[in-house]
Amino acid sequence: MSARLDVWLWLAHRASGALLAPLIVAHLVTIVIAVQGGLDAAEIVARTRGSVFWGGFYFLFVAAAALHAGLGVRSFVAEHARLSNGPATAIGVVLGLVLLVMGGRAVAGLVL
Amino acid sequence: MASGEVTARIWRGGTEGHFQEFRLGYRHDQTVLDLVTEVQRRHDPSLAYRFACRVGMCGSCAMTVSGRPRWTCRTLVADVVDKGAVTLAPLTNLPVIRDLVADMTPFFEKWRKAGGRFEAGETPAEAFSTITHDDPARRAVDAGIECINCGVCYAACDVVRMRDDYVGPAALNRAWTLVNDARDAGGPARLAQVAEGGCLACHTRQRCAQYCPKGLNPTEAIAGLKRRVTAAALKGEL
Ligand code: SF4
Ligand code: SF4
Ligand code: FES
Repeated sequence: MSARLDVWLWLAHRASGALLAPLIVAHLVTIVIAVQGGLDAAEIVARTRGSVFWGGFYFLFVAAAALHAGLGVRSFVAEHARLSNGPATAIGVVLGLVLLVMGGRAVAGLVL
Repeated sequence: MASGEVTARIWRGGTEGHFQEFRLGYRHDQTVLDLVTEVQRRHDPSLAYRFACRVGMCGSCAMTVSGRPRWTCRTLVADVVDKGAVTLAPLTNLPVIRDLVADMTPFFEKWRKAGGRFEAGETPAEAFSTITHDDPARRAVDAGIECINCGVCYAACDVVRMRDDYVGPAALNRAWTLVNDARDAGGPARLAQVAEGGCLACHTRQRCAQYCPKGLNPTEAIAGLKRRVTAAALKGEL
């Protein structure tokens, strides 16, 4: 693995983490507001369907989470399972893609 | 500080081995290294251990003393004796040669891998580098230059334990002194060398800084390297 790629992945891990922090706060606040008067699927879908803002918000959230989790697991397995960089990266990429596809489908279900 | 009796549990053997107990008296000003010397001279001449200067300069006497790495020539028995006992083992994270002697080869190989050598450049310098005392880079070098290569930080580091390719705090601390040396011509190649298997893997938990007998802070040096490496990557220099 080249030093340059290593640095970019490291930066992406930090940047996605920094991005997740405000997104999580916004997400929690939205939940608290949304459940006032009961949890209602129709009400939620009414807010998100066709909304570019909510679509963008949740997709960014999913992308940041997938990136952050994939890279975090990459380091984790390198350290705790003592894998070398190659296999550790492969596991991280697979996990990141799974999260991205699952999350992307969920966002599509809300917005489209 | 008290004198008294101590049970020294000393590691015997290589990777496989056992602790052997010695019952000894100690004086208030006796160091752990003195204690080991006494065992070797008076009780068991086959005990292997390593030292040279006895005054905290050479970095060869480090061992695991009751669970944590220390320089034994400047550690008083009275300060570490706990419930009348002290346990002595070779430094961790390194292969064991015999008894209290760890094999430092991986430590120094990684020092080289992280580019721990001054690079003079292709052509001789045309003029002296003028470096003032208050130059921030000079100060950064000062903060890290007193390393005695004892390996205490290397033995204390979790990431060294978990990742075979991690060069460890001492090697990165050394690299940081060179990155800040105006005369060094290592340039981006040096930064590339410390990025891979290097500074980016550090968890910033500061066990190295906590245990370094010289009071150095390799974590701070590593943080500096992270900043430099990132800046170089953003500028496309790596
Ligand atoms: S701060 Fe970094 S180098 Fe120091 S002990 Fe922790 S992981 Fe190792
Ligand atoms: S940084 Fe400190 S603990 Fe590490 S080798 Fe140098 S003197 Fe020893
Ligand atoms: S014997 Fe030289 S530092 Fe301890």
